[in-house]
Amino acid sequence: MIVVGGGFAGASCARALKQLDRDLAVTLVEPETAYLACPFRNAVLAGLRGIEAQTFRYDQFGDIGLIRTRAVAVDAERRRVRLEDGTDIGYVRLVLAPGVDLRFDALPGYDEAAAAIMPHAWKAGAQTLLLRDQLAAMPDGGVVILSAPANPFRCPPGPYERASLIAHYLKTSKPRSKLIILDAKDAFSKQRLFEAAWQELYPGLIEWVPLSSGGRVTEVDPATRTLVTEFGSHKADVANVIPPQRAGRIAQSAGVADQTGWCPIDPVTFESRLQPAIHVVGDAAIGGAMPKSAFSANAQAKACAAAVAALVRERQPAQPKLINTCYSLVAPGYGISIAGVYQPRDGLLAEVEGAGGTSPLEAPLSVRELEAAYAEDWFRTITSEVFG
Amino acid sequence: MTMRHSKNRRGRLALAPVLLAALAASASAWADAAPGATACTGCHGPAALGSAIPSLDGHAADDIVAQMQAFRSGERKATVMDRIARGFTEEETRAIAEWLAKPEAARHAQP
Ligand SMILES: Cc1cc2nc3c(=O)[nH]c(=O)nc-3n(C[C@H](O)[C@H](O)[C@H](O)COP(=O)(O)OP(=O)(O)OC[C@H]3O[C@@H](n4cnc5c(N)ncnc54)[C@H](O)[C@@H]3O)c2cc1C
Repeated sequence: MIVVGGGFAGASCARALKQLDRDLAVTLVEPETAYLACPFRNAVLAGLRGIEAQTFRYDQFGDIGLIRTRAVAVDAERRRVRLEDGTDIGYVRLVLAPGVDLRFDALPGYDEAAAAIMPHAWKAGAQTLLLRDQLAAMPDGGVVILSAPANPFRCPPGPYERASLIAHYLKTSKPRSKLIILDAKDAFSKQRLFEAAWQELYPGLIEWVPLSSGGRVTEVDPATRTLVTEFGSHKADVANVIPPQRAGRIAQSAGVADQTGWCPIDPVTFESRLQPAIHVVGDAAIGGAMPKSAFSANAQAKACAAAVAALVRERQPAQPKLINTCYSLVAPGYGISIAGVYQPRDGLLAEVEGAGGTSPLEAPLSVRELEAAYAEDWFRTITSEVFG
Repeated sequence: MTMRHSKNRRGRLALAPVLLAALAASASAWADAAPGATACTGCHGPAALGSAIPSLDGHAADDIVAQMQAFRSGERKATVMDRIARGFTEEETRAIAEWLAKPEAARHAQP
């Protein structure tokens, strides 16, 4: 078994495969020596947390074979994965979990060079600290602009959690400043909860511009930090551009991504709809209502591992049932969540009706405090399950 | 088995018989997890972690079923478990609880 990508999806899957069967030889291909987790990154950005708390080294993987390199190509017919150093390894079944790539071709003006000036901070790497430092250097009275892409993208509530925590930072350190969210959609995850909290905690500080009011950014100019929309242009002191995304590059070269850029999968086995014996889990996969979250990635990875283990034993894989819970911090000690339960239906992962939903709109502060504490505990538990 | 070092072996046909023999001998309790059961461990970790989210270690199946019923009916107040419990039928809940209660279920991942 080869697993490509050691994020929440890939590392969980490698571990679950090994736990399902000790004698199964599992190899994890991942170029980094440590994983920089995204959940709670927004707290790092707002100066509420250090980046060390996000860092997990790949040294607790027992007898899972770790290959510290990048996979560059897949030969689906011969069932082999080509590695960056030119070697290639054969597989019985391959799990691809490369996460997302940012689409630097989708927004005129926004390329890798522009990202050094208008950071996205949407993947692992130095971008979070760059954005944090830009916020810290901004004078009081500055304008921060955050642009959010259309669906689907990594972490649907993420931009709004980020806006909340930046607002918290501005309110406490630079109270004359303003935050504008330019959004390519008219509705977003946990919207009513976020909006109610913004009104209560950050009155007048956050302005949300939806698609219908000209929120969609069509072009950027990094030289002047300008974001152009269909209705006019906005100049920022600090610009956080979250561009459209697609499945990580290896998914394209393996032929498991379709014209949308994402990887359609069978909801029972997570096997690609386009290539046999290749399974896709986590943010790269698309197959219905499950949002792209670390929680989903972990749950999908465990279900996929169970199906793969059944398939190699030539057994019928069981119908899975999956859960997602996604917490957002609106302020320190103020958390809200969305949850969902999913199962295969009509070839997709569909939400189980009557279950799930968001935290109550009207709730005492004690509930928000509890959810913030649960968010931290969830992060600690899941990262210890996934990274040891 | 050392498939990890199998760079020069070719794919499935050569491997399958060895693999299948090894597999039959070593299926773990994880393999029988009821649908949905493995999702629980993302939040409910080992007791040693000292989380505010309680560990499920050492709970009896009847107890887990009763708690899930109370979450579902709203009798037990919750932040998220009420929303999750409603996604599982009585039968599914029972199967999950019985798996979680097995001491050999070896829920917490250690490769
Ligand atoms: C700001 C922010 C906040 C978030 N907050 C939350 C939250 O509170 N809760 C939540 O559940 N989710 C949250 N998320 C979403 C979560 O981070 C992702 O859904 C999750 O990381 C997806 O996991 P993954 O394993 O699919 O991808 P990733 O975590 O991106 O992992 C992919 C891995 O694959 C490796 N890789 C890529 N290509 C190759 C290759 N060719 N060869 C080898 N290795 C490769 C990469 O190095 C990486 O380690 C947040 C995201 C962001 C950006």
